[in-house]
Amino acid sequence: MAVTEAPPGPQADERVRRAGLLRRLLSRPELGAVAGAILVWVFFSLVAGNRGFFTLDGTASYLAVAADLGILAVAVCLLMIAGEFDLSIGSIIGASGMVIAMLNVEYGWPLWAAILMAIAFSLVAGFLNGLVVVWTKLPSFIVTLASLFIFRGLTIGVTRLVTGRTQVGGIDVSASPVIDTLFGGQLGRFPISIVWWLGLAALATWVLLRTRVGNWIFGAGGAPEASRNLGVPVDRLKIGLFMTTAFAACLVAILQVVNFGGADVLRGTGQEFQAIIAVVIGGTLLTGGYGSPIGAVFGALIFGMVRQGIVITGVNADWFQVFLGAMLIVAVLVNNYIRRKAAEAKR
Amino acid sequence: MSRKRLFWPALAFALVLLAAGCDEAPNEAASSGESGGAQGGLNIAVVTHGQASDPFWSVVKNGVDAAAKDTGNTVNYQAPQTFDMVEMSRLIDAAVAGKPDGLVISIPDAKALSGSIKKAIDAGIPVISMNSGSDTYKELGVLTHIGQTEFEAGLGGGERMAAAGVKNAICVNQEVGNAALDLRCEGFTESMTKAGGKVKVLAVNLTDPTDAQQRISAGLGDADGVFTLGPTGATPALAALKADNKLGQVKLATFDLSPEVLQAVADGEVLFAIDQQQYLQGYLPIVFLTQYKKYGVVPTGIVQTGPAFVEKANAAQVIDLSKEGIR
Repeated sequence: MAVTEAPPGPQADERVRRAGLLRRLLSRPELGAVAGAILVWVFFSLVAGNRGFFTLDGTASYLAVAADLGILAVAVCLLMIAGEFDLSIGSIIGASGMVIAMLNVEYGWPLWAAILMAIAFSLVAGFLNGLVVVWTKLPSFIVTLASLFIFRGLTIGVTRLVTGRTQVGGIDVSASPVIDTLFGGQLGRFPISIVWWLGLAALATWVLLRTRVGNWIFGAGGAPEASRNLGVPVDRLKIGLFMTTAFAACLVAILQVVNFGGADVLRGTGQEFQAIIAVVIGGTLLTGGYGSPIGAVFGALIFGMVRQGIVITGVNADWFQVFLGAMLIVAVLVNNYIRRKAAEAKR
Repeated sequence: MSRKRLFWPALAFALVLLAAGCDEAPNEAASSGESGGAQGGLNIAVVTHGQASDPFWSVVKNGVDAAAKDTGNTVNYQAPQTFDMVEMSRLIDAAVAGKPDGLVISIPDAKALSGSIKKAIDAGIPVISMNSGSDTYKELGVLTHIGQTEFEAGLGGGERMAAAGVKNAICVNQEVGNAALDLRCEGFTESMTKAGGKVKVLAVNLTDPTDAQQRISAGLGDADGVFTLGPTGATPALAALKADNKLGQVKLATFDLSPEVLQAVADGEVLFAIDQQQYLQGYLPIVFLTQYKKYGVVPTGIVQTGPAFVEKANAAQVIDLSKEGIR
């Protein structure tokens, strides 16, 4: 057998540099958010650890807040990577919740039928949002800002017209044990919304990183014209993503209606901005084309910890908003710093 | 380069500020408590549905702060940013996680808050309710309720109006469907009818004062009394009576105080204004919780803080107190 020199291994191609595991971890978009989350957790453990932040109750309370926001943040993350905003999700939460409550309490529909109707309503709302954005080519910021007001106004107007009140309560969930477990169940002290949140985040990550649609989303946000030329159905994609954010809003509404036995015309006010903040803390760029739903998960976690941590710490309610804003700026700064450092380290 | 240099010091500064701010709040109350005299030393959480930026609830918070000082307790006041039961229940959960010695809440929606309230009671925390929830507090396991029951307040208002000689009144409801307001009109109607008069309920829209004023003018007919359920009804009613030149013949009375209403009472344009004395709704729960923790004593049943009547005779004093945020 002729002995020939062993062929050069893969490392002989000196044009390609192998990045170590640490380097690859550092350059992931979520890293800043994870670091921010650890920082916030450490901060509140120091300041509020002996006042209940460490207890199961304390943890459950901030995870519950994070879960509701997180469900929205995951969907909004996908939309923002594709380069669009949805400011109407807060109003869709209020509207969907009221659809369920009114159909069930005023018109006697069974709960599951009311929930299906609310889902259908939210999908139509999302479809309309997407359609207007795609047809008029107006910035989605403006279009969804308008629908924020329209949906909220419809909720208030129709509710008062039909019931004369602004809150509709009296939903009896015990009659539907499946719905009760699915949306109102508890795992120990932890509400089931946490399972929905993490499940949706896993699904979104899989779609984004492992499917064709995920590539389309990155393309539509990073280079819309080039994507269009390559055959990506950017318009249909965007409409689908608006329907996704509307559905996420409806899911939060269902969870709240089942857990609190009723709906309120003002529910969800301001959630759209909180969702965007959570997504941005999570490493998604406001300009689109770059981001991560896992980062949005940590962004929502930071938000939940800050919200409840401030209360557990005992900060006077008068100063609450100051501290909330300050902590968010700090979290975003840490996030950006780490991302910059990671980008430099790559070179 | 200079930006990068500034980053870490800026971050450190921000964190120090936050930490200082966080420690400041409890220390403030504790140190002012020492000067109060009483032992206290309890940690009480207050969660209501009214933001401290709301003028009505600002008075409640002043009551809470004064009670904290007088009893020497540390009190933490929290309220959601908007009228949102989900947020309020989360605030209650966060407060309960801190294992306070006592909890004071308002109950605007018993069904939505029952889960969080039950958690607090199961954790062994004594709970007192105030302002709203007078008909639901008992079954939730809350010790006592401090506030004004709307039906009885309307009843008192009707008695006063009838005593002033009103025979035919309209009750102006600015938010039909709000259960509390409906009860006020019902109580008013009952005492007026008992005195031999009659009452008609007139619905107006609180968000449109001009429209409200027109509707009141149109609905007056031959009424000799107008009873409104809040400043958002009183102001257009006053304007309507002035525009129609009926101030002397038609007597106007209202629920709740506001600077315009107080001035009108002082000027004799409004017969009386009903004050629910929300300062006490903030002050008394803290005192009761302190005594309960000490000796196990607590009032049984509802402690009424209203209706208290502000008339021309005491209007000036109330105006001064209102400027200080006490009434």
